[in-house]
Amino acid sequence: MTTEPCLVLDRVSKRFGSLSVLEDVSITIRSGERCGIIGPNGAGKSTLFNIIAGELPLTRGTVRFLGHDVTRVSAHTRARRGLARTFQTTTLFPRLTVIENLVLALQAHSAERFAMFVPRRRYRARDEAARALLERVGLGARAEALADALGYGEKRQVEILLALAQRPKLLLLDEPTAGLAPSDASLVTEMLKREHGGLTMVLIEHDMGVVFDVVDRLTVLHYGRVVADGPVETIRGDATVQEIYLGGAL
Amino acid sequence: MGLQFYVQNALGGLAYGSLLFLIASGLTLIFGLMRIINLAQTAFYLLGAYVGLTLVAHGTNFWLASVAAGVVTMALGLAVYSAFLHRYHADPLTSLLLTLGFALIVDDGILAFWGGDPRSIAPPPILAGSIHAGTLVFPEYWLAVIVISFAVAAILFFALQRTMLGVMIRASVDDEEMARGLGVDVNRAFYVVFAAGAFIAGLGGLLGGPITSAYPGLDGELTPLAFAVVIVGGMGSLSGALVGSLLIGLVNAFGKALFPELSYFTIFVPVALIMAFRPQGLFGRKL
Amino acid sequence: MTLRRAQDDGAQRRRWVVAAAGGFVVALLLPRLGVPTFYVSLLTQTWIFAIVAMSLDLLVGFTGLVNFSQAALFGVGAYAVAIAATRFHLTAFAPVMALGIVSAMLTAAIFGLVALRSEGVGFIIITIALNEIVWGLAYQWVSVSGGDNGITGIVRPHVGPFDVSANTGYYYVCLAFFAISLLLLLLIVRSPFGLVLKGVRETPRRMRALGYNVWLYRYLALTISGGFAGVAGVLFAWYNQFVGPVALSLDQSTQILIMVILGGIGTLYGQVFGVLVVVFLSNELSAVTQRWEMVLGVVYFAVVMYAPGGLVKLVPQLWRRLLGRRPALATEEP
Repeated sequence: MTTEPCLVLDRVSKRFGSLSVLEDVSITIRSGERCGIIGPNGAGKSTLFNIIAGELPLTRGTVRFLGHDVTRVSAHTRARRGLARTFQTTTLFPRLTVIENLVLALQAHSAERFAMFVPRRRYRARDEAARALLERVGLGARAEALADALGYGEKRQVEILLALAQRPKLLLLDEPTAGLAPSDASLVTEMLKREHGGLTMVLIEHDMGVVFDVVDRLTVLHYGRVVADGPVETIRGDATVQEIYLGGAL
Repeated sequence: MGLQFYVQNALGGLAYGSLLFLIASGLTLIFGLMRIINLAQTAFYLLGAYVGLTLVAHGTNFWLASVAAGVVTMALGLAVYSAFLHRYHADPLTSLLLTLGFALIVDDGILAFWGGDPRSIAPPPILAGSIHAGTLVFPEYWLAVIVISFAVAAILFFALQRTMLGVMIRASVDDEEMARGLGVDVNRAFYVVFAAGAFIAGLGGLLGGPITSAYPGLDGELTPLAFAVVIVGGMGSLSGALVGSLLIGLVNAFGKALFPELSYFTIFVPVALIMAFRPQGLFGRKL
Repeated sequence: MTLRRAQDDGAQRRRWVVAAAGGFVVALLLPRLGVPTFYVSLLTQTWIFAIVAMSLDLLVGFTGLVNFSQAALFGVGAYAVAIAATRFHLTAFAPVMALGIVSAMLTAAIFGLVALRSEGVGFIIITIALNEIVWGLAYQWVSVSGGDNGITGIVRPHVGPFDVSANTGYYYVCLAFFAISLLLLLLIVRSPFGLVLKGVRETPRRMRALGYNVWLYRYLALTISGGFAGVAGVLFAWYNQFVGPVALSLDQSTQILIMVILGGIGTLYGQVFGVLVVVFLSNELSAVTQRWEMVLGVVYFAVVMYAPGGLVKLVPQLWRRLLGRRPALATEEP
């Protein structure tokens, strides 16, 4: 059993021309930790996610995932190694059915994705696994609907299911409850809390209620720098952080 | 291969490249601003040549005829744009197919009206001579074409950099949504750019006539070259169009002289290299 | 709302299969029914172009790649036959067909290395340039390709024991290849691999996040598409018994794309109808007016602006409207 941290960011910096978006961000996340990344808008949180996921190259620094330097590794390879994410704007496959959306997530690591001359009907197990996932969150009835036809809250749920279906080791969630009605938001929170088994989670959120419910540790970003990092209760009481949020107690 | 060979081909290449610039500048600006791949650009060029030569045959002054030809193609271009194309500026595929369909119609119209025989076009009498510099001999007209195209390039650069309209256009190329949000009349910019592109191409038709002549199918032969220019220079970049057209003009001239059977191929070697290693072109931005 | 009902689906599926089977039977019997050989010939052309149209639909409709160099892939197959026959005296059916397919796939593989560095519009522009490169070669490399005059005198080989030099015989050869291509392509798009392609078409970003190497799947799709285009090219060379640069021109690429759009992007079985219309229209028009290319240009305009969903959507819509029924709900993809 390795004690290598799940994710290590070492002095990660990102510049766009002369605009510095992230500066010297260093974070270490251990396996099984649930870390929340908070901070005002424009603090660089989504950019950080894009760098961790491999969509955006960084200007300086390194990213280590599960003990390997992945700084130059492509996004899809990082995904194959166990990194999953959700996007701030729901990113599904609109004209495919919900089942097809999930099957794509489920078959991503299997050789069957290259099977060209066998109809998909033959892979019953996949379809059933997909349905089971949907049933777990009460979306079983929507299996055959086109993803685009789902309500906003349902789409967010599917977005998270897609990430979970990958059986990831690290899950990045970019504002999973953004724009959701309170009932939908609590559904999502429940989904996240139910995930056990060594899944490491990093969550960007603005809804403090969700943050405090789900995570055990907080990292605060401000103007691209880490200004606070530690257990939730400590950060909650931190004066600098309270000031950043305009003097309001967290 | 003496000096004569190199100078001759270099000048010929630059002259040809200057003509390509007149086509490619419109192509690149229209794409940069409206994301429309205007495959009718070369058809405008050809139409300009035919309209121009007809006017000249009826006694019009060569330069006036060029401008008139440009006006005709501009009017036609505006008509098509306002009637059909403007709706699809965000849809590259549809707009491309529309411009292609239009090019087909223009090509066939030219065939119907002027017939299939190639037409040679004489340069204006003032520039009909040759220049002798030591042992070198080349047509005066080549120099004239180079000078005129550079003048057009200078006007375009000035318009883009120094005028209000130019600022609007550059802002819209950069970030259309933002420009609209700021109150920029982006649609007007679209019309202006499309009209300008069509005008310059049509103008180029007669201007280029003494070098390329005019015949059905000429536009088909120019299209790959125009595309080579914008790929090398970068779609959306005027500087790219200038540098690219001169480059391609030179490669084309030397290619034809040295490997006549493979001259298109020789042009496309640098193009393929750019496509493989720097797809946005020398001056372009990532598409 | 675009829900689907399972029951409607099953019934509709069965109706389509029956219709297709019926159509196939009619197609089989046509030459025997006293249809003039001219029309048999046009239909042969239809089968051939349907294969290349479907190959393009695999890219456009299922992978999201708008490839303007399909004619180049088609033409490479055709020229392979022509050059093999006239310079190397290689005319046997199977080896030449294999050669044509391999040449086209190789060309597609090379194209992919260059074109797939870009997406969207960049990809379109580069494929236009690639098509022009191949066309330029065919047009100028006179010693190999015959230049503008092309290559003539291509002999149609025997297929096994059958002499197919007659129109009717060759009609059946092309029909057979069309049917096989359609079935293979339908299999591919309904397979897990096909689902991957659709995912790549819909949301490449999501696919990467799920662990798929998007570039690889596009590359595979392009190469497979090239193979089918090569088949069509080979059949074309034997049909025409002449190959010229027009076959791989940008105009030809456009025409194939129009056929795909007219038939219905993303349908596969719809393409044959798009091809049928274009082939018959071009022929009938050229008999009626010298300005048939102009009319064709107008038709392109009309198709692109008014029927972007293709005949497969348009015809049932018009039919229903005629009969006063409600418009149908969205149906699933193949």
